[in-house]
Amino acid sequence: MIYQIPFIAVAGLILIGLYAVIFKRNLIKIVIGITLIESGVNLFLITLGYRQGSLAPIFTGNPNVDKAMSLPVPQALTLTSIVIGVAVLALMLSLIIHIYRHYGTLDVKKLAKKEADEE
Amino acid sequence: MSGMSKIVKTISNIAFPFVLIYGLYIIAHGHLTPGGGFQGGAVVASGCAMILVSYGSIWTMKKVKEKQLSILESAGAVSFIVLGFLGLVYGSIFFNNYLVGNDYLFGEVPAIKSTLANFNTAGILPLMNFAVGLKVIAGLFAIVLVMAYATSKKKGEIE
Amino acid sequence: MNFFESLLTHSPALIVAVPLLGAFLTPLISKINDKIRNAFVVFIVGLTGVLISMLSYDVLMNNKMHNYVFGGDSALIMPASGESFAVRIIFAVDGLNAFMIIIGAILAFVGVIYSWHFMKEHTGLDKYYTLVLLMIAGMLGMMLTGDMFNFFVFLEITSISSCALIAFYTNKGKSVLAGFKYIVISTIGALFILFAIALLYGQYNALNMAVLANSIQFNTFTDKIALVLLISGLGMKAGIVPMHMWLPDSYGQAPSSVTLILIGTTQAGLYALFRMVFTVFGRHITSPIELTIAGNNILAGTNLNSIVGIILVVLAILTMIIGVMMALKESDFKRMIAFAAVAEIGYMVLAIGAAFFTLSPSEITIEGVQVTFYSFSQAGQMAIKGGLFHIINDALDIGLLFLVAGAIYYVTKETSLNKLGGLARNMKFTTIFFIIGLLAVSGMPPMNGFASKLLIYESIYLINPILAIVAILCSILLLATFVKVLHSVFLGPKIPKFDEVKEVPASMLIGMGLIAIVIIFFGLFPNLILENIVQPAADALMNYSAYIGGSLL
Repeated sequence: MIYQIPFIAVAGLILIGLYAVIFKRNLIKIVIGITLIESGVNLFLITLGYRQGSLAPIFTGNPNVDKAMSLPVPQALTLTSIVIGVAVLALMLSLIIHIYRHYGTLDVKKLAKKEADEE
Repeated sequence: MSGMSKIVKTISNIAFPFVLIYGLYIIAHGHLTPGGGFQGGAVVASGCAMILVSYGSIWTMKKVKEKQLSILESAGAVSFIVLGFLGLVYGSIFFNNYLVGNDYLFGEVPAIKSTLANFNTAGILPLMNFAVGLKVIAGLFAIVLVMAYATSKKKGEIE
Repeated sequence: MNFFESLLTHSPALIVAVPLLGAFLTPLISKINDKIRNAFVVFIVGLTGVLISMLSYDVLMNNKMHNYVFGGDSALIMPASGESFAVRIIFAVDGLNAFMIIIGAILAFVGVIYSWHFMKEHTGLDKYYTLVLLMIAGMLGMMLTGDMFNFFVFLEITSISSCALIAFYTNKGKSVLAGFKYIVISTIGALFILFAIALLYGQYNALNMAVLANSIQFNTFTDKIALVLLISGLGMKAGIVPMHMWLPDSYGQAPSSVTLILIGTTQAGLYALFRMVFTVFGRHITSPIELTIAGNNILAGTNLNSIVGIILVVLAILTMIIGVMMALKESDFKRMIAFAAVAEIGYMVLAIGAAFFTLSPSEITIEGVQVTFYSFSQAGQMAIKGGLFHIINDALDIGLLFLVAGAIYYVTKETSLNKLGGLARNMKFTTIFFIIGLLAVSGMPPMNGFASKLLIYESIYLINPILAIVAILCSILLLATFVKVLHSVFLGPKIPKFDEVKEVPASMLIGMGLIAIVIIFFGLFPNLILENIVQPAADALMNYSAYIGGSLL
């Protein structure tokens, strides 16, 4: 059962993130929801590489060198995904600064009304 | 935003070189231990963000102009792509690892199942780590600096 | 000859690496002078165009695949235990890839030439050109790669740089809001795709598309979840209803030269959808589906291709109808063309979805092993050819209409149809280009839209007559919409505010003229294009084993 806990955590994170993106009205909460989904997917990628009782995939002076090592490829994939997440987060927050400077509010319904009133 | 008190400025002055050395250690040993370009660059950038928070964004914007950061960032990116093109010239394929097996720079090949960590190995990987680390330091610091400076201006004062 | 042959061998990598090098050098070069930077960008895109034409000529004429392995000699490594893994990233170029990068080359070149004069009075232009070159590199990388995670990385590069370009006019609040909507939907779609890639990797330990296609067995539940997630994630990127909300906002608020390249990235998402469904899951596309509720199999007798076909056809009909209906009632010029673009995507998906119904498996025995082929019927093959031909036609037509809208905005600074009028006397060339685009979008001869739409109507009528009638009706409604725009913007009495407008500058006219010449050429000689360019692409799409065999050797 203890080996299933990361997968349960992945499902929980993605569902909470989807709930926050769809149902919340503040723009910052939507951004937090996207970050939660992305954390869930990264956790799923890392968990795929684990083998039971394995070492970290590094050459060191360890005497029991014949034990299995976990897969290094999912670690590289997760690192790339984290970097992409940082870039997207920086871009979304800069856009929120511009939106606040123009409209003065961060509520999704009030923004829709102000945008329709502009014409 | 304005800076913080004198105690905070002094302590961050003392702590910043240690953060810098630790981040550069992570970048340089990327082919031996967990780490590499992005992780070390993020550590150094958070050290720079500590300086930004303790001294205030207006003072930091005067000292560190944004154009210098842009030149550093472009230098890191250009050197990464040029290393890839040099693989086309010296090896025969793009991103080829042509420095493995030579004598003067990062060229040794460790034996199969050896257990010692040798810094002199792995070809062009440490050079690519340095290029990516430089770009990440300049890029992340520029993002944090511009966002802090932009929120300190009032509405209508964008220059 | 040796130089040209080595250039041809390395061209899949150079096509992506040269715009990337240009994008990183542009901030340094733009500190010298403005004109030098513009000339440098045009030179980089021109060089990429030359490489693309060399590569696609070789692939389409000689009917062979180009594989390029990064960092070594072959994609397989063989450790001492004897099994071989495919670890390196490869770029696999077959007929369909060569067809898509031709579209990317034309759109990128015209977009950069058009933006020479269109963006001349704006500030922040060094960042603009850097982002345009990054977007071109990402789009071409999406169309060339043969590795699933590499595709995800290029997808994110494209979506980040196009979001920053959509929000380019930061003094208008609407543009920034459109950019925010785009990045939220795009990131969620990309995360769905990454989840599906992780599922497939965990199951089969392979990221290479050819190795995955060789080893997928469709009998577990996670494979079906992966297929569903891939179709919905790629549908979000391609703008199929009900995931089309970002399309009118982002196409309408971006600068017009950026919209041209954005059309290319949307088509790249559509290409990836076809590649996943036809090639990666290709072996099992005719396998029977069972869904047992209370002990009975309620879906007995249906195969996977019928279910995927029904879903794609229903979504395509919805896309066409909603796109045309919303375009009729719009009063903003660029948003109306964006809704027409949504409707045109519906045509392509309708053709491919209807072709799915005509699949029939056949079993033959090769050397004692039973191999299942599937083959499309005559109508299905015609539908696939029509759908693929319509991709390039639609990109050119909608692109020309957006360039005309950009020219009107450059001259009059207005985009609302209620405030424009009577511009045909002063802007003769722009009016002619708009008439060419109007005829092409609604499928009138002698433009290229007629050839592809005729193929689609004929083949869909043979499959199911009602779908063809709906398609023809939507085409007629599109014609009505654009004739209304022609009358209100170009014909009619002159408005005194626009009395002294002049024709647009030279580079914008050259850009529009290039696309118009290609449209008329495709319209007058459709057989030439169909035999030489579309037929190899359709063959490559229908034959998944050629992709596996060609890229694993």
